[in-house]
Amino acid sequence: MGNYDIRNDLRYSKEDEWVRSEAKGVTIGISDYAQQQLGDVVFVELPEVGRILEKGEPLGVIESVKTVADLFAPISGEVLEANSGLGEGPEAINDDCYGEGWMLVLSVADASEVEALLDRAGYLQHIKDREDQGT
Amino acid sequence: MHYLPHTDDDIEEMLAVIGEPDIDALFAGIPEKLRYSDALDVPAGQSEIEVQKRLGDLAAANTHAGGDAWFLGAGTYAHFIPSAIDALISRAEITTSYTPYQPEISQGTLQTVFEWQTMMASLTGLEVANASMYDGASATAEAALMAMRITRRNRILVSEGVHPHTVHVLTTYLGGLGAEIERLPLEDDGRTASTTLTDDVACVIVQQPNFLGCIEELSQFAEATRAAGALLITSVGEALSLALLRPPGELGADIVCGEAQSFGVPVGFGGPHLGFLAVRMKHVRQLPGRLVGETVDARGKRGFVLTLSTREQHIRRERATSNICTNQGLCLTMATIYLSLMGPAGLRELALQNLAKAEYAKQRLRAAGLELPLSAPTFNEFVVGVPDAPDAALARAKQAGVVGGLDLTRFRPQLGPALLVCTTELCSREAIDRLAAALAGAAA
Amino acid sequence: MSNATRGIAYEEPLVFERSRPGRRGVGLPPLDVPEVDAETLLGEALRKEPATLPELSELDVVRHFTRLSTWNAAVDLGLYPLGSCTMKYNPKLNEQLARLPGLALAHPHTPAAEVQGLLELMHELEGQLASVSGMSRVSLQPAAGAQGELAGVMMIRAYHASRDDTRRRKVLIPDSAHGTNPASAALNGYDIVAVPSGDDGMLHPDAVEAAMDDEVAALMMTNPNTLGLFETHIGRICEIVHSGGGLVYGDGANLNALLGLSRPGDMGIDVMHFNLHKTFSTPHGGGGPGAGPVGVVEALEPFLPVPVVEQTEAGGFVWDEDRPQTIGRLHGNHGNVGMMVRAYAYILSLGADGLRRSAEMAVLNANYLLTRLQEHYHVPFPGRVMHECVLSDRGLAETGITTLDVAKRLIDHGYHPPTIYFPLIVAGALMIEPTETESREALDRFADTLIEIAREAHRDPEALRTAPQRTRLTRLDETRAARKPILRWQPQDAS
Repeated sequence: MGNYDIRNDLRYSKEDEWVRSEAKGVTIGISDYAQQQLGDVVFVELPEVGRILEKGEPLGVIESVKTVADLFAPISGEVLEANSGLGEGPEAINDDCYGEGWMLVLSVADASEVEALLDRAGYLQHIKDREDQGT
Repeated sequence: MHYLPHTDDDIEEMLAVIGEPDIDALFAGIPEKLRYSDALDVPAGQSEIEVQKRLGDLAAANTHAGGDAWFLGAGTYAHFIPSAIDALISRAEITTSYTPYQPEISQGTLQTVFEWQTMMASLTGLEVANASMYDGASATAEAALMAMRITRRNRILVSEGVHPHTVHVLTTYLGGLGAEIERLPLEDDGRTASTTLTDDVACVIVQQPNFLGCIEELSQFAEATRAAGALLITSVGEALSLALLRPPGELGADIVCGEAQSFGVPVGFGGPHLGFLAVRMKHVRQLPGRLVGETVDARGKRGFVLTLSTREQHIRRERATSNICTNQGLCLTMATIYLSLMGPAGLRELALQNLAKAEYAKQRLRAAGLELPLSAPTFNEFVVGVPDAPDAALARAKQAGVVGGLDLTRFRPQLGPALLVCTTELCSREAIDRLAAALAGAAA
Repeated sequence: MSNATRGIAYEEPLVFERSRPGRRGVGLPPLDVPEVDAETLLGEALRKEPATLPELSELDVVRHFTRLSTWNAAVDLGLYPLGSCTMKYNPKLNEQLARLPGLALAHPHTPAAEVQGLLELMHELEGQLASVSGMSRVSLQPAAGAQGELAGVMMIRAYHASRDDTRRRKVLIPDSAHGTNPASAALNGYDIVAVPSGDDGMLHPDAVEAAMDDEVAALMMTNPNTLGLFETHIGRICEIVHSGGGLVYGDGANLNALLGLSRPGDMGIDVMHFNLHKTFSTPHGGGGPGAGPVGVVEALEPFLPVPVVEQTEAGGFVWDEDRPQTIGRLHGNHGNVGMMVRAYAYILSLGADGLRRSAEMAVLNANYLLTRLQEHYHVPFPGRVMHECVLSDRGLAETGITTLDVAKRLIDHGYHPPTIYFPLIVAGALMIEPTETESREALDRFADTLIEIAREAHRDPEALRTAPQRTRLTRLDETRAARKPILRWQPQDAS
């Protein structure tokens, strides 16, 4: 298995988003594993502020030079903020995926959905399972 | 079979390396019942001399453009082609290369496409032009599909001034996607009637100059589409007009597409020609087709690569902006060379000559007693009414050694007996005089 | 070992940067009619600013594009083994014939009676393609393979609609397929269902059976497939699809392996496209034009694009537009006729025996290369192949060298690399199609080069990672191009 920075203070979805609980809601982005898999990110398309998302719904896309990946809502909620800096500087996702490379702030419609996300150990196991299935 | 290098010894030795007794054994993977054992219905192979003879005979059985008395256009234009173009594109590095997937050994193709993109962006008045579409008709269909994706609407308003074949292709392309196509009628002067739009319209498609040669007033459609949240698509029928007319993008068109055959590509019985498609930067991710972008190599030297490829079928598959893959690369190269040779002054002078010849022809036809039913301004093509049946008028023209234009009966019956006449720089004054006399023949 | 050194690598700026105000590359004759005042005639419609075009002499232009051309790899310079693209020799005869004025300057709106030679050529070529493929009827109109696919799927849709069979929303596509297949089906509004290939790289009847139901409009498949394998089960697969009420689309990209040896129509394919620029030797032109004729079985003939060429009882040829069930028109005129002329000349030159021989030699060449390379590169699906073979970089994993590095190193040796990272079902794929026009010595040199590169990967991986080194430009930064796209030259950039 590769060397990935998977942090303790975050929750993770099986689609490789991280979720950080904060006072105003949750901030989400993609994990270090995901950004390494994609390679150099060149473009991100995010939803508009105010859009209501259902858990699991496609919310946007992230592109490297030769791949496109869908982004899925890790939980249900309303888009409170979107990181407009990614438009001009998508490389922030490669350089600092847990910081400058954040994508959205969502309100939390159902706190149990956050609880149900993977913790670090669960997410690392999930990565390992996929790598073992082997492509 | 002189294209195949294999000697009997080669074949024997290669089979020995592979470990098979004969050629047939290589095809063991094909089930017996799927082997074809009959002879194909194709004649026996012929020598170069014989093939030249056969094609020479077929070629001789066609009327073709050339000379100074060809007045047929209608979307395919007989213009002068500078001799440097064929000399250059006959170079093997241009003809026998393919899609520039490996940029380090495709910089010639890539830089040429980048130059083309620059020229077309400027000619259309937009920011991004792609690396070509099959032809003007499919480019227009792709433009409409793009408008549907951008607006998430499916009503398409198409002017009756759009080339009937373009409308036919558009209808074919959109057939599976639930689009509603409606027509905008033409006014008596030959231009598209203005209209107010409801907010379910994806786009308005207007051809410039339109099929009947008339120059449309684009800005009113730009205002109407902007107000309704729709897009204005301008389909350019005669690319040379871009040298003389205000760029559609400058007048508010969101997408400019069309046919650039006039830029150095032979009439060619209608193909291969050169579709183009240009948009604003904000819509670039919905643009179909290849794009070339500037970058640097590992040593910091400027170079060019295919870019924004995630729009395309080889990456996005069923969610791609189009299925287009192979495009019209060689025709693009011809057009880029053409525009480089002509330059801004040459292209403008050429366009002015086209305009002047058309005005002269109109004047001569009027003087001969023929009616010009449409009063809108034109570029190098216009409608003329004939006194009797169009085919009789064309036959008289042929008698006078002139190819007189397109019989509009099938395309625009409401005009009565009429022809669409085109005058390029190749048409001589003397031939125009003969045309006028011949078309008027029955009346005179 | 390298077989590539060009005398001198020329530098050449953008055409706009060569521009000098006042230069012209073309002169025009004096106007023989009265001049007009464009401002009066056109008013507000008149262009104010000239377009961004360069001002150059004819020699400037000739040098510019000649120099640019020297930066391209090309079939006429060396082996160009781009898998699935069939980069065979493009005969010069065909180029000469396509330029005959009677063919190159005929006008699409000229009445059929005055262009009988071209209609006869098209009619004959249609018949030849029908015979080669075992299809009932062919339309030459689609301008490229992808447009042929679009036409084919449209006919499938029209066929189901004509039977009021409106449930069929899905198209089955193997995971090894070209991206154009799902894209063409999606343009018809279909949902795509991917069908997994078996462990042997082939499509298996049980996988198709599992995906088949009464909502399936069609299965699209490529035979030989993108691994270069003949789909052994294709007969049974077509039966399954047909018995479920679906049709089978055949992607003809790889038809070069089958000419005169096996016919899609006999396999159960209902509709297919041809690539004249692959199988029938028309040049690729740096990305096109191609031509993608589409062939159908009898049941689909009513849906062919219009117009079609028909022969009258008197022996002449006419356009038939009046076909009520047609899908319509796909091209503003008659398709890429210039490509048809070249393909026709090619078929006449080769004849039935020559076509068959070329397929045999294409398959011989691919198997020879595979045999020479199989001990040096990982072969994901071992065994005999048809016209192309697929290797991968798995055997080089310990060196950290990837398929991209191997491809770039090939450039240093004067070769265009194979197709890389396709098909998607093979990680790090190198897809090699030598074609029949390459000699044994050419194949040996290429194989020797690839073997040497595999050794070099262990001995001096850095040489591969920094390849190509012998080109005018080294590896280009594609990330930079995509992050901040510069898609045209602008005067303020000229510093």
